[in-house]
Amino acid sequence: MSMIVRVKQRQIAQLMSKGKRLDGRGLNDYREIKVEMGVIEKAEGSARVLLGKTEVMVGVKVQVGEPFSDTPNEGVLTVNAELVPLASPSFEPGPPGENAIELARVVDRGLREAKTINIEKLCLEPGKKVIVVFIDVYVLNHDGNLIDASAIAALAALVNTKMPKYEVEDGQVKVKSSYTPLPVQNYPIAVTFAKINDKLAVDPWLEEEQVMDARLTIAFEKDGKICAIQKGGTGYFTTEQISEVAKMAKEKASEIRKLVVKE
Amino acid sequence: MPKAEEKLIDKEGLRIDGRKTNELRATKIGVGVLGNADGSAYIEQGKNKILAGVYGPHEVHPKHLALPDRSLLRCRYHMAPFSVEERKSPAPSRREHEISKVIRESLEPAIFLEYYPRTSIDLFIEVLQADGGTRCAGVTAASLALADAGIPMRDLIVACASGKIEGQLAVDLSDAEDKKGEADVPVALMPNLNAITLLQMDGQLTLEEFEKAIELSLEGCKQLYALQKEALKSKYATVKEEVEE
Amino acid sequence: MPTFYERRQIVTPGDLLAEGNYAAGENTFKENDKLYATRVGLIEYDERRVSVVALKAFYLPNIGDTVIGKVTDVTISGWLVDISAPYPALLRASDVMERSYSPQKDELSSIFDVGDLMMAKIVSYDRTRDPLLSIREPGLGKITDGQIIKVTPTKIPRIIGRKGSMIGMIKQETDCHIILGQNGIALIRGKSPEGERLAVMAIYKIESESHTSGLTDRVTELLKREKEKEKEGETKNA
Repeated sequence: MSMIVRVKQRQIAQLMSKGKRLDGRGLNDYREIKVEMGVIEKAEGSARVLLGKTEVMVGVKVQVGEPFSDTPNEGVLTVNAELVPLASPSFEPGPPGENAIELARVVDRGLREAKTINIEKLCLEPGKKVIVVFIDVYVLNHDGNLIDASAIAALAALVNTKMPKYEVEDGQVKVKSSYTPLPVQNYPIAVTFAKINDKLAVDPWLEEEQVMDARLTIAFEKDGKICAIQKGGTGYFTTEQISEVAKMAKEKASEIRKLVVKE
Repeated sequence: MPKAEEKLIDKEGLRIDGRKTNELRATKIGVGVLGNADGSAYIEQGKNKILAGVYGPHEVHPKHLALPDRSLLRCRYHMAPFSVEERKSPAPSRREHEISKVIRESLEPAIFLEYYPRTSIDLFIEVLQADGGTRCAGVTAASLALADAGIPMRDLIVACASGKIEGQLAVDLSDAEDKKGEADVPVALMPNLNAITLLQMDGQLTLEEFEKAIELSLEGCKQLYALQKEALKSKYATVKEEVEE
Repeated sequence: MPTFYERRQIVTPGDLLAEGNYAAGENTFKENDKLYATRVGLIEYDERRVSVVALKAFYLPNIGDTVIGKVTDVTISGWLVDISAPYPALLRASDVMERSYSPQKDELSSIFDVGDLMMAKIVSYDRTRDPLLSIREPGLGKITDGQIIKVTPTKIPRIIGRKGSMIGMIKQETDCHIILGQNGIALIRGKSPEGERLAVMAIYKIESESHTSGLTDRVTELLKREKEKEKEGETKNA
């Protein structure tokens, strides 16, 4: 099994140095992306994204809770990711390892720094009661580029989220019967490039990830500002490569945003 | 702690601690500071106090993690409970896990891991006092600890963060500046190849601002690189001076 | 074809040592005709090759090296020995026993037990296996007395000195029997505990000042001075 993989890995690297990819894509082409929203009725919001064969589901649960002590007027946004064992032979059951943690934190960063949700609008009673938004990323099949797929799914799930109307009456939080969408005000998109044999290729699939030197993820909010960056892997980038990736990623982010937000 | 109304940058362009936007905090580095570790280093950068220690290369425990063709680099970045304003629980947080990972990935390209198959190199970074930019200072110290352990490297790795405060780009943000600022960009560099081995960003920056921020971080890196080299040589240089009079 | 440093200058990892047609010696690596240091040390070069004598390095086994090690475990077929290297060494029972033996752990621990010291030779080692030891040659085997100290292995040649001059001088001045393992472990067996203490002091001094000049004289002076102090101390107490 691993012998076949190694031969293929060499093939991938060799093709890449000629600017070609095994699946015929261009260096700046994403795999096919499918976004489905509202797939889990019991969740306040949900989405399922297929990026090539990578499959990620995100569920959003909304609850009333306490604010953090240093931000008494803000709601809480929290992102968790699970690499469930059925998604890949390399995922083992147990608490989130460093890969799951990194995935969650990078998706979180993109959403948070873009101020995707107006968290001040989530305050019910300052210092006492706020709305807590739980974003749970569930990777169902790992075929590469979990970050981008998870970020798209998380954004789509938030856009899809309808939460009950909360009102504070006599110090008690009452749940009204109508629903209201989450106050989403920005649409960050993450774009990941892999570096293989000094070539930069967007949206690496699993076997490209196994060969790559390093990856660079850049997230853009709707007005074209960068809101998160994460370099991963044990290789490196030069400043020229970083600039190249940033420029291309900005273009790609705008294209992909259209799949989630019908402007 | 600055009061809510206090500005981060005053009319003369000076920051709360009197620095200009392109000035690093006062930095002191020592190498070979721990008795038991195979290699160690200590860095003070502003109010940051960070210790790095290395054990290895040695046998991997547990054995099944051993790699047949190279050494396994393991890294633990950890903050002491008393290192921050509000006591931090000693249990490793998700942030510490992520930082451990990015630090490890920033150092790996420099180490000749392939020289020592079936071994592990265990790196520990302890933040004794934190004031912003600890992952960068941690990388800078860790690199020295590795060199102090006699582990062969292609180059030293050095790191420095820059960011945006009150609309201006500035290098080496303190914690207060990071919390109130608009962006933070930590960068680690392997100078000989101009290779960036750690790069993260949070906040909001235009493409142009981001590129300038990287430049600022790299300039800071180059200054710290010179301090690293001095620190490695100083033990031997002092002995030589004392003894050859 | 310039080098950028003078001989015996201290260099650090990543320092560009030379450019051009030099061979990459110890503790250096070459990329695109540029030679860099990989460890902290003193640069040495001639017209053909640049190398770095490391000021701090750990021991990596070499076939044929004589090393001093400590037994850490007794197994069914032999002993695991700590030779102060990234890899544990193995001494097979078959190397020690003349006849074929019945694999009873007790028997083996009566020959070498955990904590015992030995002088051994490395007979095989490669990237896929831990080093294998042998004590067959004369002079090898269990070390029964004396004390051991650990120094950076790259300093062993300095401790020995040119044609053994340094180590010979120390042995004479301290009246000690000294064996240096190539793995940086030294065994010191003296006629008196004072002698051993002086020998240890001398060796550590060489280790910390190995990159300086005039060392031999300073070590000789130190030993003479210390011995004077002792004599005075004795006459006072007498």
